[in-house]
Amino acid sequence: MVMKNPIENLNKIFDSRIRLGIMSALMVNTSINFNDLKQLINVTDGNLASHIKALEESGYIKVQKGFIGRKTNTLYSATKAGEKSFRLHLDALEKMIRNL
Amino acid sequence: MNESEKLSNELSDIKQIMERSSRFISLSGLSGIAAGTCALIGTWFAADVIQRNKAAVRSLKRSITDVNLRSLSEIFGSRLFQIAILTLIAAMVSAFIFTYRRSKKANVPVWGTTARRLTINVLVPMITGGIFLMALIQNDIYGFIAPGCLIFYGLGVLNASKYTLPETRYLGYGEILLGLINLFFVGEGLYFWAAGFGVLHIVYGIFMWWKYERN
Repeated sequence: MVMKNPIENLNKIFDSRIRLGIMSALMVNTSINFNDLKQLINVTDGNLASHIKALEESGYIKVQKGFIGRKTNTLYSATKAGEKSFRLHLDALEKMIRNL
Repeated sequence: MNESEKLSNELSDIKQIMERSSRFISLSGLSGIAAGTCALIGTWFAADVIQRNKAAVRSLKRSITDVNLRSLSEIFGSRLFQIAILTLIAAMVSAFIFTYRRSKKANVPVWGTTARRLTINVLVPMITGGIFLMALIQNDIYGFIAPGCLIFYGLGVLNASKYTLPETRYLGYGEILLGLINLFFVGEGLYFWAAGFGVLHIVYGIFMWWKYERN
């Protein structure tokens, strides 16, 4: 009998510390703005923006542009699909650790 | 770094970010100790004022019978009110200083989303309680002020504990319990205040400092 390889369940999109960070934060908050995310994950603007874009393109997070006074305030939140894939990814990570 | 180390690093990263983004964790134990100390000093002054006024009223009653006791009790009340306000301000300022220091050290904004959420959640029950107690005062019911303060403050802390270090909820339970007991010992409010706002804060502060900030 061949054991199912848990690596199959690991999601390639989450294979980055920054994307993991973004998703982790969005799992426990309904929405977060750009600056709070940046502070939380400790990355540069450009770096964060490119990873957000990747996640947005895969349909895992949604972007909501708004204003506070004149300043732009962009809010990010996880989509249903994003939450589901991230949970699966975490499960896979957990399984791998247990098997190691 | 081997594979398993990398994996557990990843998992601990995830956990840490989830926690840091949903809870305000730089609340310092020293803040609790400072606020509790202010409360004890405040109650000591209040007890002194109450003692002296009791004596003054007694001697006044003996010498003149037509003294306007109403205005005397108003002066007395406003003096206690001043002490209460000063104590509150001192407690909040000193509590803020230590939490500010800790958040600076941890490089977390002191007024970020998590701090705002914490503040709103502690304030809703407390403002509700404040208005409720003001209505009691307007109807000349003073006996329930002290237990009311403790109960509503405890509810506020309990509510806010979801947004900061989880042990904070025990402080909330303690305040509520003291307030409930105080309901049946009306007139002993000052002792319950000293226990709830003073001693309990200090015990909580020491515990939190020991657990999270010792190093």
